[in-house]
Amino acid sequence: MTAPLAEIENLRVAFRNDEGQWHDAVRGVSFSLGREKLGIVGESGSGKSLTGRSLLGVLPSYARVSVDKLSFDGIDLKTASPKLRRSLRGGRMGMILQDPKYSLNPVMSVGKQIVEAIRIGDRKLAAAEAHRKAVAALDAVHIREPERVMGLYPHELSGGMGQRVMIAMMVVREPDLLIADEPTSALDVTVRTQVMSLMDELVTRRGMGLIFISHDLNLVAKFCDRVIVMYAGRIVETLDAKNLRAAQHPYTQGLLACLPSIDGSLEPLPVLNRDASWLEAAR
Amino acid sequence: MTRPLRLLLGLASWLLTVAITLVGLAALTFFIGRVLPIDPVLAIVGEKALPEVYDRVYLELGLDKPIWQQFVEYLAKLLRGDFGISYSTNRPVLTDLLSFFPATLELATIGLVIGVALGVPMGVASAYWHEKWPDHVIRIVGLIGYSVPIFWLGLVGLFVFYYKLGWVSGPGQVDVFFTGIAPRVTGFILVDTALAGEWEIFWNAVSHMILPALLIGYFSLAYISRMTRSVMLDQLSREYVLTARLKGASEFTVVVRHALGNAMIPLITVIALSYGGLLEGSVLVETIFAWPGIGNYIYSSLFSADMNAVLGGTLLVGIVFVLLNMLSDVLYAALDPRSRSLGNK
Amino acid sequence: MTLLNTPAADPKAALRAARWKEFRNFARRFFRNPLGVVGLFIVVLLVVVAAFAPWLATHDPYLPTLSARLAPPSAEWWFGADELGRDIYSRLVHGSRLTLLIVGLVIVTSAPLGLIIGAVAGTRGGWLDAVFMRITDVFLAIPKLLLALAFVAALGPGIVNAALAITLTAWPPYARLARAEALVVRNSDYVNAVRLAGASEFRIIVFHVIPMCLSSVIVRMTFDMAGIILTAAGLGFIGLGAQPPLPEWGAMISTGRKFIFDQWWVATVPGIAIFTVSLGFNLLGDALRDLLDPHLRQRK
Repeated sequence: MTAPLAEIENLRVAFRNDEGQWHDAVRGVSFSLGREKLGIVGESGSGKSLTGRSLLGVLPSYARVSVDKLSFDGIDLKTASPKLRRSLRGGRMGMILQDPKYSLNPVMSVGKQIVEAIRIGDRKLAAAEAHRKAVAALDAVHIREPERVMGLYPHELSGGMGQRVMIAMMVVREPDLLIADEPTSALDVTVRTQVMSLMDELVTRRGMGLIFISHDLNLVAKFCDRVIVMYAGRIVETLDAKNLRAAQHPYTQGLLACLPSIDGSLEPLPVLNRDASWLEAAR
Repeated sequence: MTRPLRLLLGLASWLLTVAITLVGLAALTFFIGRVLPIDPVLAIVGEKALPEVYDRVYLELGLDKPIWQQFVEYLAKLLRGDFGISYSTNRPVLTDLLSFFPATLELATIGLVIGVALGVPMGVASAYWHEKWPDHVIRIVGLIGYSVPIFWLGLVGLFVFYYKLGWVSGPGQVDVFFTGIAPRVTGFILVDTALAGEWEIFWNAVSHMILPALLIGYFSLAYISRMTRSVMLDQLSREYVLTARLKGASEFTVVVRHALGNAMIPLITVIALSYGGLLEGSVLVETIFAWPGIGNYIYSSLFSADMNAVLGGTLLVGIVFVLLNMLSDVLYAALDPRSRSLGNK
Repeated sequence: MTLLNTPAADPKAALRAARWKEFRNFARRFFRNPLGVVGLFIVVLLVVVAAFAPWLATHDPYLPTLSARLAPPSAEWWFGADELGRDIYSRLVHGSRLTLLIVGLVIVTSAPLGLIIGAVAGTRGGWLDAVFMRITDVFLAIPKLLLALAFVAALGPGIVNAALAITLTAWPPYARLARAEALVVRNSDYVNAVRLAGASEFRIIVFHVIPMCLSSVIVRMTFDMAGIILTAAGLGFIGLGAQPPLPEWGAMISTGRKFIFDQWWVATVPGIAIFTVSLGFNLLGDALRDLLDPHLRQRK
């Protein structure tokens, strides 16, 4: 078995609440990632986004992080200097955010933003060459008329196009690891499949590792190889996507039971009853 | 609706708003000058005026006509540039104002430059190191700046830096010795003396200008740094800033190129407002430094109860306010790509 | 886990208890901000000094003592004496009443006026909204100090005229605030429900729109008070505020100006008072805004 692409052991992220007490949002998360598609599923507040951001080192400064092991491709991120971590971002690890309306700089043209990403990777690159590469990047994410789109501003793009631009920006330097944080949640359902298949194509073709964070269990099950289920800052279950129906943990089972299916029974959907023991159980 | 037509309509509506504001401003000065005083003629000519003068002004003002007609004539006069006669200098008010305006403009401009050059970086630093000691220090500096009465600080400044330490020159634009000798082309003393090569007077003017310029510069930077901090805090919390970091951009690029780049757009309005505030505040500052600008002019007009001059000055500054607003609207549209698509001016 | 759905035995008492808890939370967070506490202290000090002025003063603020003209600060004249031999400290203390009076007058007239104009404009909409907003825009676009100046010059100097003049330019921000809130609220479901139940426009405005603005209004008012003090001092300095022999702080600086070089205390001390009070309101406003503005809630 080849060395894992990324490893996290016992990650804890805490924030202060209004009374000044520290509250753990992520409590002891551990997993490893190879060149595979890993899905992290959980509801809002389960800590899934924070886990992804810890790996990239972009947590807010007011968060308190502690981890036993945090590594990427053999590089120890725990002891790495901020400069080293910054050099990894964009170049070897990328992250796609949820809503291109907010995640793209509204006063910079699409072209400028992609060129900036390219230039960070190679400061000596000539302007014309960078421009060409940016157009190629837009083409790779199946945007029609990439030359014209280069001059557009984010508010002039549709949701699907905006997300493609975001993806283009993050994969243009050919990173090894991509984290997608709810990449399709802000998109229309019809556009979702297109963006998903685009990501599938990119990840598979380039042999990238992908962490797909979502609250949509169905989507994750169809798309990923492995699935991690998080609840209240802990991992409650890890399983292969194809074995999802055989989930053991009652929370996962509850989530599965809540999903409506076109050929399912006509009974009202069950309500997920949360058990206090799920908060305590270590996994 | 076609795009050019939409643009044209947007432009027309914007100009209409400007026109309404100007008319409103004129209505206010008209109200204060004509409606408020018990005897508007006395307010202009003063109590010691001769009966012939009184009658003349009475007819000039058209006080026998209905009020709306008076207002229309007032507006018409304003559009012709007739702001009335100053009965203490016996010159048309507009002429007086325009001769004094450059001195105020010069001082306010230098003050604004200081305010922006120092205030914006301070605000950025304050936002970036939010709640850490640079933020606290900068906030306190700013807080003092807008809690202190400007005329008092000027007085204290004169006392300390001129009287006690002798580091700067005292009140006046130039030494008494140079008054009247200094050339006058544009009305801006630094420009005029430099153009004429009169370097001795130039440096003398500088030593007189330092204190008042720093004073209003401080005021400007207090306001600008506070607003910059506020805008930057908002921008730094936005997702596109995270995206920039995710691309691996340096902190400097993230803060200056991305966050500040976005922040500059609302800050334009802030800067325009600050400039207007400096022009307005000249009334309090110029008298302390015996600066020959419109602030001083309005101040002394108040003492001679010369209402025409006071209202004329108010009107002029008001017009400049409106122009500054227009300028910031234009710059906003030029810099913010989102506003262009909506067909605004 | 306990069920949270049991109805309270006495809803009114429960509401009061909830409000009290909220207030205690608020107070606890407020007192954790040292600068805010300083601001509050200064404001309270101002009120106390104004209330107990006759007892706190050491001399009669109006009585000239010609032998002590321009006396420097000493054990007898705590902050020195002015050009008529009046005790500056006592004049300062009595002047706090004038300061409080002007701030009070302006706030009590400008805020409700602005709120009502804005709330009515926002709730009614249509041509009323357009007219009111044009008027508000005009007032926002003009130089406040100069207008106040011209106004007082036309009416004649005095503390009431000065307050009136400042009010004239102080109401527009409240109108803007109230209108923005009204626009958000007027189409919301709970307001529609109340409307269907037969509530009048007046009721909607007073009981539903205006309470929503409350936290922004409080913050705005506190900052305004700082600004009003400075504007009033400016007017006083020019001679358009309270007239002599009233111990208005701005006017005191003006008379002391002649002696700034040799008897600096006459002009300097009143300025320190103005600065302190304005600073107090600004600190208080900053602290309140940090607490009440959800935008800025940073978890340190």
